[in-house]
Amino acid sequence: MSARDEILAAVRGAVATARRPVEVPPLDRPEREGDVDLFAARVADYRATVVRCPPEGVAAAIAAALPERATVVVPDGMPYAVPGAVPDAGLSSAELDATTAVVTTATVAIATTGTIVLSHGAGEGRRVLTLVPDVHVCVVRADQVVDDVPAAVRRLDPARPTTWISGPSATSDIELSRVEGVHGPRTLHVVLVGPADGTPPGAVS
Amino acid sequence: MSRTFVGMPPFPTAARAALADTQLRANLAHATTTIRAKRAAVVAELDDWEALRLRAAAIKDDVLLHLDEHLVRLEESLTARGAVVHWARTAEEASEVVAQVARAHGVDEVVKVKSMATQEVELNEHLAAQGISAWETDLAELIVQLGDDLPSHILVPAIHRNRAEIRAIFEREMARVGRPAPADLTDDPVRLAEAARLHLREKFLRAKVGVSGANFAVADSGTLVVVESEGNGRMCLTLPEVLVSVVGIEKVVPTWTELDVFLTLLPRSSTGERMNPYTSTWSGVTPGDGPQEVHVVLLDNGRTRALADEVGRQALRCIRCSACLNVCPVYERTGGHAYGSVYPGPIGAILNPLLKGVGHDEQTDSLPYASSLCGACFEACPVRIDIPSVLVDLRAQVVDAHRSGVPKPEALAMRAAAAAFGSGGRLAAAEQASGLAGRALDALSSLTRRGRRAGGRRLVGRLPGPGAAWTDARDLPVPPRESFRAWWKRTDGGTR
Ligand code: SF4
Repeated sequence: MSARDEILAAVRGAVATARRPVEVPPLDRPEREGDVDLFAARVADYRATVVRCPPEGVAAAIAAALPERATVVVPDGMPYAVPGAVPDAGLSSAELDATTAVVTTATVAIATTGTIVLSHGAGEGRRVLTLVPDVHVCVVRADQVVDDVPAAVRRLDPARPTTWISGPSATSDIELSRVEGVHGPRTLHVVLVGPADGTPPGAVS
Repeated sequence: MSRTFVGMPPFPTAARAALADTQLRANLAHATTTIRAKRAAVVAELDDWEALRLRAAAIKDDVLLHLDEHLVRLEESLTARGAVVHWARTAEEASEVVAQVARAHGVDEVVKVKSMATQEVELNEHLAAQGISAWETDLAELIVQLGDDLPSHILVPAIHRNRAEIRAIFEREMARVGRPAPADLTDDPVRLAEAARLHLREKFLRAKVGVSGANFAVADSGTLVVVESEGNGRMCLTLPEVLVSVVGIEKVVPTWTELDVFLTLLPRSSTGERMNPYTSTWSGVTPGDGPQEVHVVLLDNGRTRALADEVGRQALRCIRCSACLNVCPVYERTGGHAYGSVYPGPIGAILNPLLKGVGHDEQTDSLPYASSLCGACFEACPVRIDIPSVLVDLRAQVVDAHRSGVPKPEALAMRAAAAAFGSGGRLAAAEQASGLAGRALDALSSLTRRGRRAGGRRLVGRLPGPGAAWTDARDLPVPPRESFRAWWKRTDGGTR
């Protein structure tokens, strides 16, 4: 018998007399709007930087977030102008390693956990793009902020690769003292594009 | 290469050695206390925690009872998404798949994300025997690997090492296997992490083959999920041209939607964070993005044996969060090494015997006794695994496996305890019986030499006859002459 058939037969034998319908309780949570202020506060909790701005302030906010004289890459389909940035034309990992920063958008953001989720389509780019450069500037629209993890799960397509980012990479492996930045980008800037509600550009929450 | 757990002494012997190591005890106490407090704080933020646990447990139970159907569906989805699916009955078969893939690509090294399944199958040792180096990329695993050491905690495997030791290991070992540690390295954790970043980046950028496990595998969509902190997982899942993921068959969830509860429970239970820094999901091959050759190894290695165990089956719900380790009074004092397995702590005490079967080696058979049955693990477990009940049942199995002929009183007692705690009615009946025994033993205790009072309660010294071995290492309190229930009834709650 093949390994496959043997394992499946063993599974069937193991549960043969135990099979019964199991009632799985649904997730019973009221649908709440994503609280944009909470999102900003929770991102800041992870020691990432959050800058809020109205739609017309995005370019300035991105420019302010980038280190001086940084080499910057942007993915295809980036809706915001990033002066001086190189478009990703299939850069090698080594070339990305020599690039300082990347600017992308996101698919969804989670208020209660301060998470941004990329599904790596237009404006978000290949996974490696937001991994190898040391600075990641991510532009999130307020209308992309959902309340919790389950709401984000519902919005995402399981066929797409996704990357859930909650603050910069971190480790607590050495005597449990938290160190930001091991392998992923050590700096994460979130540019939160508000509804045009008069939040002044560059206001840090 | 890291050492293996093969040939570890049984728990009591190993625990005695660990208890004598005061540095280890201090590190462990600090770590478990810190994580416990963080976990409690983020769990308290959610007012439906218990509902989430019930949902998660039910999802897993449903999957386990129909695991064959889910596995077939997972295989279909993965294949449709361009992944190659392999099935491995044993540790050797799983390791050999990885070795074959590496050989097919002519590489002598692979980069690895920390994964319990690959540690369980001793992949690194298997690859090393064929001249293939497996580089651990998780900081703690790197410390363990470079220090030629064993992991001591699921989540923070180097919890037994302090910063000075880590610095010494880096300075001594890094140059031997790649980029050396910076000359001016200090024992500041920031500098140590930086040294690891530089050392490993070189390896990530040149690696052709990556190896991972998976926290979850979605049957419907063929999506695998890896939850991590440092970004080494993302590196291994994204940069190499070829990816092999070794996934235990119990990791299946039916659809993407069920991740709602697991991605909520896991980080809060595990590191005590609202969310871990990075979670990656992928389904087979994504053209133009990440590895273009993807293999998935579905691993049994004892899981179907555990599945057949009526009481123990629930252990396969485990999502490896390590919450049970951090609340365990035994683990806090002995650390992970004493359990002699990649799965330490309360979950290890039940999972190892369930996967391997009892009655074959003393080490495994000693594990169900590595507990005070206090129940803290059950309360902490996000998928509600009733570890104490499984422990009690396994103790009975261990005893059964060692006897020929009549069951030992110890086995009967454990079986009876398991049965009694399962139902209130039976508990009441058992208490009556124990009241009888109590009166008999009370009389006995005045006859045996060690009979004495402790905390006002009489103790039976050495039991005569077949119970003697049981009381060799234990003081057996004399059961009260009257059970609490009986007393309550007689006195109407103490009012008479
Ligand atoms: S048994 Fe429960 S608490 Fe322990 S590691 Fe598994 S899921 Fe976590």
